[in-house]
Amino acid sequence: MSGVRVLVGTRKGAFVLTSDGKREQWDVSGPHFAGWEIYHVKGSPADPDRLWASQSSGWFGQLIQRSDDGGQTWEPMGNEFAYDGVPGTHQWYDGTPHPWEFARVWHLEPSPTDPDTVYAGVEDAALFKSTDGGGSWAELSGLRKHGSGPSWQPGAGGMCLHTIVLDPTNPARMYAAISAAGVFRSDDSGTTWRPINRGLQSEGIPDPDAEVGHCVHRIAMHPSRPDVLFMQKHWDVMRSDDAGENWHEVSGNLPTDFGFPIAVHAHEPETIYVVPITSDSHHFVMDGKLRVYRSRTGGNEWEALTAGLPQQDCYVNVLRDAMAIDSLDSCGVYFGTSGGAVYASADAGDSWAPIVADLPAVLSVEVQTLP
Amino acid sequence: MIRVVLPAHLRSLAKLNGEVKLDVDGEVTQGAVLDALEAAYPMLRGTMRDQATKQRRPFVRFYACEEDLSHEPPDKLLPDAVAAGTEPYLVIGAMAGG
Repeated sequence: MSGVRVLVGTRKGAFVLTSDGKREQWDVSGPHFAGWEIYHVKGSPADPDRLWASQSSGWFGQLIQRSDDGGQTWEPMGNEFAYDGVPGTHQWYDGTPHPWEFARVWHLEPSPTDPDTVYAGVEDAALFKSTDGGGSWAELSGLRKHGSGPSWQPGAGGMCLHTIVLDPTNPARMYAAISAAGVFRSDDSGTTWRPINRGLQSEGIPDPDAEVGHCVHRIAMHPSRPDVLFMQKHWDVMRSDDAGENWHEVSGNLPTDFGFPIAVHAHEPETIYVVPITSDSHHFVMDGKLRVYRSRTGGNEWEALTAGLPQQDCYVNVLRDAMAIDSLDSCGVYFGTSGGAVYASADAGDSWAPIVADLPAVLSVEVQTLP
Repeated sequence: MIRVVLPAHLRSLAKLNGEVKLDVDGEVTQGAVLDALEAAYPMLRGTMRDQATKQRRPFVRFYACEEDLSHEPPDKLLPDAVAAGTEPYLVIGAMAGG
């Protein structure tokens, strides 16, 4: 019987949650890298036993861990993330120039075809690539140097490149999202880049429809329709039908359109999920109720999914990388909270149950569908 | 033989249970000890000092013989007791919190 492996990164270690296709009984292993911040753990689509983890701490810096046995054992890999050339400056919070400084890896995106190739999105915002199984990393500096880089400014969480989306039908096309610069696209395998933020409106910046400067939180794509992109922006849920050339808002009847994650159903490209958060000054769900919102129409019309989720006295957040979708016939949806719970739905969100309730604050959730 | 004591997180990273014992060729300086430590345990590269500049990470300190050597230059000789192996060289994760 097929099964799933849920990879959870937390403030104090990584956890691996496994189950069979029913997704009712779970085995929990961890903490791996106990005491370290694990911003992201993700498996290689080309070799599901190969997992990548971003491990960091304020004391000892950044490490990259790799497992070749599905998370049972791990080995530290190369951890030198050196910016290409003289890094220059970006804007600091007060608008003054600030040197580009590496802080941590937010997101690891393995190649869909080559187990030895993986991309890393880092803070201060830049994109790195390894083609030797994580042994060494080289910056794809065309992104940082395309022209607008010196004007980028950090969001409240730091100036992070947090989202990397690879087009499964066009190996040359990839997307990267940066807080608070916006979305960028490359059509030549990451060599050159341009901003694709037309249609975004952000009231918190001097020019609300500027070419760059938008606090994009997450991008999602269904592999069968790679030109359709969904975005959770700081405020606003957005959609593009032309590979990011133009965006329009699909927040519709959401109770608030602030949030972090956005995800697409495995088998229904028009079914999407968000977790509305009260506001940027209240990083918790509205009214003490943990509600996932689902649209079956590609946005605008949303329904609250609440069965099995706490509906009173709940004040957690769900971060941008903390929602994932499996590809079993009955699509599974997973998310983790700042309160340390990981919830799973084996019926596309109709009902939920916690897999674990008391982990450290969850930073990321990914899922692998296993044969 | 130089003895080095690492903080718990770095011991677990390097899969060590106790002190590290290192042979250091030539003069026993902080830089030479850290070079030898990173050569023996490559996974520690970047965790104590920057890989390119060799600058100490802000929340890492180096102690020996009841002295804080964190601000000493990397080419300064370590105390004789460290060079002789009677006293350890301590890598410390700074205490932080509230």
